[in-house]
Amino acid sequence: MDEYAVQVEDLTKRFGDFTAVDRVSFRVRRGEVYGWLGPNGAGKTTTIRMLLGLLKITSGRALVLGYDPSTQAKHMQAHVGYMSQLFTLYNDLTARENIRFYGQAYGLSRAELRHRQAEIIEMAGLQGRENELTATLSGGWKQRLALGCAIVHRPEVVFLDEPTAGVDPVSRRDFWGLIYAMAKKGVAVMVTTHYMDEAELCQRVGFISEGRLVALDTPDRLKKTHMRGQVLEINADDPERAMGLLKAAQQAGELVCDEIAFYGAQIHAVVPDAQALQPVITAYLASEGVRVSSIEWIVPTLEDVFISAVTPSHKRPE
Amino acid sequence: MDEQVVISTQNLVKQFQVKDGAVTAIDGVTLQVRRGETYGLIGPDGAGKTTTTRVILGLLTRTSGQSSILGHDSMRDTYRIRERVGYIAQQFALPGDLTVMENVRFFARVQGVSSAEQRRRIPDLLEFAGLSGFTDRLASRLSGGMKKKLALACSLVHEPQVVLLDEPTLGVDPVSRREFWNLLGDLRRERGTTIFVCTPYMDEAERCNWVGLMYEGRLIAHDSPGKIKQMVPGRLLEFKPSDFVPAWRLVPDLPGVLEVQTYGAMLHIFVDDPDRRGREIEAALAAQGITCEGMREIETRMEEAFISLIRKQSAGASDAA
Repeated sequence: MDEYAVQVEDLTKRFGDFTAVDRVSFRVRRGEVYGWLGPNGAGKTTTIRMLLGLLKITSGRALVLGYDPSTQAKHMQAHVGYMSQLFTLYNDLTARENIRFYGQAYGLSRAELRHRQAEIIEMAGLQGRENELTATLSGGWKQRLALGCAIVHRPEVVFLDEPTAGVDPVSRRDFWGLIYAMAKKGVAVMVTTHYMDEAELCQRVGFISEGRLVALDTPDRLKKTHMRGQVLEINADDPERAMGLLKAAQQAGELVCDEIAFYGAQIHAVVPDAQALQPVITAYLASEGVRVSSIEWIVPTLEDVFISAVTPSHKRPE
Repeated sequence: MDEQVVISTQNLVKQFQVKDGAVTAIDGVTLQVRRGETYGLIGPDGAGKTTTTRVILGLLTRTSGQSSILGHDSMRDTYRIRERVGYIAQQFALPGDLTVMENVRFFARVQGVSSAEQRRRIPDLLEFAGLSGFTDRLASRLSGGMKKKLALACSLVHEPQVVLLDEPTLGVDPVSRREFWNLLGDLRRERGTTIFVCTPYMDEAERCNWVGLMYEGRLIAHDSPGKIKQMVPGRLLEFKPSDFVPAWRLVPDLPGVLEVQTYGAMLHIFVDDPDRRGREIEAALAAQGITCEGMREIETRMEEAFISLIRKQSAGASDAA
């Protein structure tokens, strides 16, 4: 059995004169959770749709479980799971009926289907709600049900396209528990997300920006190799004012700083020398009447790396 | 009426009739949003955030209690509310076959903005939303983040004093979400607009002046983000264990550990004494051959506070059952 569930080489998709995916190459091992990250419109969904055989490949090569999605999608289907951003569930069916519908579509036997229904209802935490209409289920349950339907046929590779969009922090953690349980059984998981704490949970992460793969590595190595500066985490009494002041200083050329961004109420500043600038920033904000309660040189988060990796070069300060 | 209160509910209740009885989606919510404030309504999925928003706007009838915006009763004065309030519905769709300019004009006409006013306002509004360079682009051809900005521009075309936004940044990448929130900051500062926003993103909740936390139809906490974070007892340690699952199983039983949460590949541990417990945790894990990378004390964020408060609520609910 091949070690790789997904192999992609120079994969390209053009729509007219627009190149949505531009010579992308990567591989996903069995049992691996592979994160596929990038801004909106970067080509994430387009890549997945090509791998599923839903979109024609313009050029390059893709193999999913050894099948070519452009010619063998039919054979591939029985072994591949897909959960789209839209949770394609039937709202007027109950949770149980949705699972049965997907199970029948995948040709499961009646005995197998009964067995899987019970398993999935338990996995999704839907006990007691299995006969409620899907329309009345809220985000977290719907999402876990959608995952259950996507894997009812025990696929060997699963594509999850923003499975946790709009889901609360507690449900998001539960959901990642499910992803990990799948991977442990040897399922290859390719997942897109905008949550960087989730990206940290992937064994490897690919960043795609404007159709191009700009970085691919483990989260730890990406933080070491793909950050140009050092990150200061600043907690200030009036974060909005602190941000305004820091931006003004950056624009005036008084503060050398690659990037300043809000992380909730905290500010992250990417600077060439964190230790040297720590006291400078504190003193500057204090002189303008903003107290800094803490300023710390931290290991960059993947979000810092993301911003650094996807900032188009023309927008970068020279 | 208090001029400073823009949105108000009193013991608001909403029940939906279902096959075998009634489901209570909103269970006695009393809240006030003051002028110029950015109020974030947060809570787990199904807590009743969207229903609350819709009842306040008069898009759903309430079962009992009171609700009003700008002194207009949600049920009696629905049309007055529509004239004076901006709204972005959850998973809205703007007409994709209209251009950016056509979309804004469409919403202006629906809201009865005169042609002269449109000529004055629309260029400013598009400039504000960063869409001036894209007036002729079809809405369907905009990126996710730009669509959200266009929706915001459309909701502001009649210059409302208050906007209600239901998960306005759903599915938008982190950079675009920040840009959207920068626009909300400008809106608050420059126009004094009152903003009521439902969000599943805790970093966005941090940027509100006031946060209401809903759980199973009830408002279980409402305060400034700073005060809500103080509701979680203990101080917070963060580190990355070399072996996650065994560490996650072991740490909760150590002395002085109040609560354990996961954040990506890191553990977040609430403890009574960070210096002492940090050393103890490192020693206990080292005994199992697990190393702790980057052990440090961090400030509690809304993400941790949310998880802690919701967990306690659901534990309390199952104890009572």
